Amino acid sequence: MSRIAERFACLQTVGEGALVVFITAGDPSLKMTEQLIPTLAEAGADIIEVGIPFSDPLADGPTIQASTFRALQQGVTPVHVLETVARVRAQTDVPIVLMTYFNPVWQIGIERFAEQAASAGVDGVIMTDMPPDEAGEWHPVARRHGLDTIFLIAPTSTPERMRRVAQMSSGFVYCVSRTGVTGARDDLPEEVPYTLQAMRTLTDLPLCVGFGISRPEHVRAVCRVADGAVVGSAVVSLIAQEAERGEHALLESVGRFVQELKQATRRT
Amino acid sequence: MSGGLQTAPDTRGHFGIFGGRFVPETLIPALDELEQEYRKAQQDPEFQREFGYYLRHYVGRPTPITYAERLSEHLGGARIYLKREDLCHTGAHKINNTLGQILLAKRMGKRRIIAETGAGQHGVATATVCARFGFECEVYMGEEDVHRQALNVFRMRLLGAKVIPVTSGTRTLKDATSEAIRDWVTNVRTTHYIIGSVVGPHPYPTIVRDFQSVIGQESRQQMLEMTGKLPDVVLACVGGGSNAMGIFYPFLNDPVRLIGVEAAGRGLDTGEHAATLATGRPGVLHGAASYLLQDEYGQVMPTHSISAGLDYPGVGPEHSYLKETGRAEYVTATDEEALEALQMLARMEGIIPALETAHAVAHAIKIAPDLPKDTTILINLSGRGDKDVDIVSRALGGLG
Repeated sequence: MSRIAERFACLQTVGEGALVVFITAGDPSLKMTEQLIPTLAEAGADIIEVGIPFSDPLADGPTIQASTFRALQQGVTPVHVLETVARVRAQTDVPIVLMTYFNPVWQIGIERFAEQAASAGVDGVIMTDMPPDEAGEWHPVARRHGLDTIFLIAPTSTPERMRRVAQMSSGFVYCVSRTGVTGARDDLPEEVPYTLQAMRTLTDLPLCVGFGISRPEHVRAVCRVADGAVVGSAVVSLIAQEAERGEHALLESVGRFVQELKQATRRT
Repeated sequence: MSGGLQTAPDTRGHFGIFGGRFVPETLIPALDELEQEYRKAQQDPEFQREFGYYLRHYVGRPTPITYAERLSEHLGGARIYLKREDLCHTGAHKINNTLGQILLAKRMGKRRIIAETGAGQHGVATATVCARFGFECEVYMGEEDVHRQALNVFRMRLLGAKVIPVTSGTRTLKDATSEAIRDWVTNVRTTHYIIGSVVGPHPYPTIVRDFQSVIGQESRQQMLEMTGKLPDVVLACVGGGSNAMGIFYPFLNDPVRLIGVEAAGRGLDTGEHAATLATGRPGVLHGAASYLLQDEYGQVMPTHSISAGLDYPGVGPEHSYLKETGRAEYVTATDEEALEALQMLARMEGIIPALETAHAVAHAIKIAPDLPKDTTILINLSGRGDKDVDIVSRALGGLG
């Protein structure tokens, strides 16, 4: 059983939703990323999405764009990110999912990227701009290296496309809560339960909801209907805000925020 | 040429290894809808009639072909002909596409239009058709381009469009395109995105090419009438590549040399250029696989060209395919060569081309002297230069 599947199985027995936390690798530095991942895990993050910075993040809103830009300014490359994950893997068992755009993967080479990700201890990969239609080359390679590929469904997805995503995903399915880019929002869209309901009839995979989930009350609401909630921009902007106060303060306040988010995944 | 040249993408929108749909899932259903609606429109005589009507009575087609007599004699070689897209309403070929797409948007019942623009020509052409057909229009434009193409910004505003300066990344066409895609992901249910070039996810490269191919269809017939034969060489500038695809496409199966001219900026060896096909390698940007200017890890590189419309690190997937198959050649011209060509055409033919277009003229100036006098070169004179007079005057330090 993969680390991701194991984590969901475990969460199910205790009646909790999964807290999936996104951070951009290399923001504010790779050294901090290396410390942040175990901190997030200890604070209760069940799965950590590590973003590989890309110059043209067209599915991301201003928060993650700015974070990506800071990381690229540090000269962070996908190779650095994989090295960081490999070092972190020695310290923690938390499932790690790489979140990336397709081009960096293509340039490194699909086979080489999958091989290096697997040997670094990566559990799954999400490629925001690679719908199932374009995954023909990647999918079998990922499977061979034991990597889960997490595809996304959107509020605009037709039943036929949901079926396709259900067939091709492993680990979990990422349900995009709204039409739009990543970024913190005040409210949750009402259509989420309907999308989840439709998806449930097609797959037994866990369903995690992301995009705009930024507060404990959002996480609580999502975990009533889904198997997990993804929080990205809210954590990324907290990191940016606390970065000036020094490493210790940053780790402490991010840890505290993640604890609050995790608390909200407990259904009882 | 080989009998195996692919002139339409496969069912998933690929030209060879290029093209496709590398976009967030949210957009895929909208792309499917667009593709279906476009197929229906192609079969619908009423749509074709309406498109033809406005091309004639609103855009001013067919545009003429002008024999550049003094320029040809001065160069002393091949005869040079100009396909006068600069005479289209709004001053460039861009309106052929925006007109087609606004009619598609009307069919799809979408009332809000967004667009990206570099030089502002596509933005103006979009704002124009939105005004004509009563659509809400927002145009994303890199902040740097907002400054260097101030005249076009004002034109768009006069036409009732909202111009949104984009301050992310390099603040040029690349980032304006990313921002337009982000808007579309957010408002996809009510909004149609009018892409301005043969780039982006399938079916855009095909749709834009088809709407622009009126340029090549007319040219083919006009050259036969004027010279009794097809042109020997067809030249066009290439940024994203819509004017080039538009004029190349109807000649793909003819024994005609097709040459695309990219921007070499300050010189290929300076790294400050936008010569994607000449120096890039396959990558994915803005929803399609194509040649791309990128570093070894796939980060997109900053570009430079004196012409905002060519200042783009990507290129249309079909151009990548034509390069790979050898059906078209891709060369470059520097800022300086473009400026010289612009002045030469102005003084010898009384035509001030856009800086983008001047790159194609520059290549004609290079090759014409060595070609026999019975050889004909057809240049797609894709746009007029009014928008560029400020830049040109600054670059030349005034004309004295």
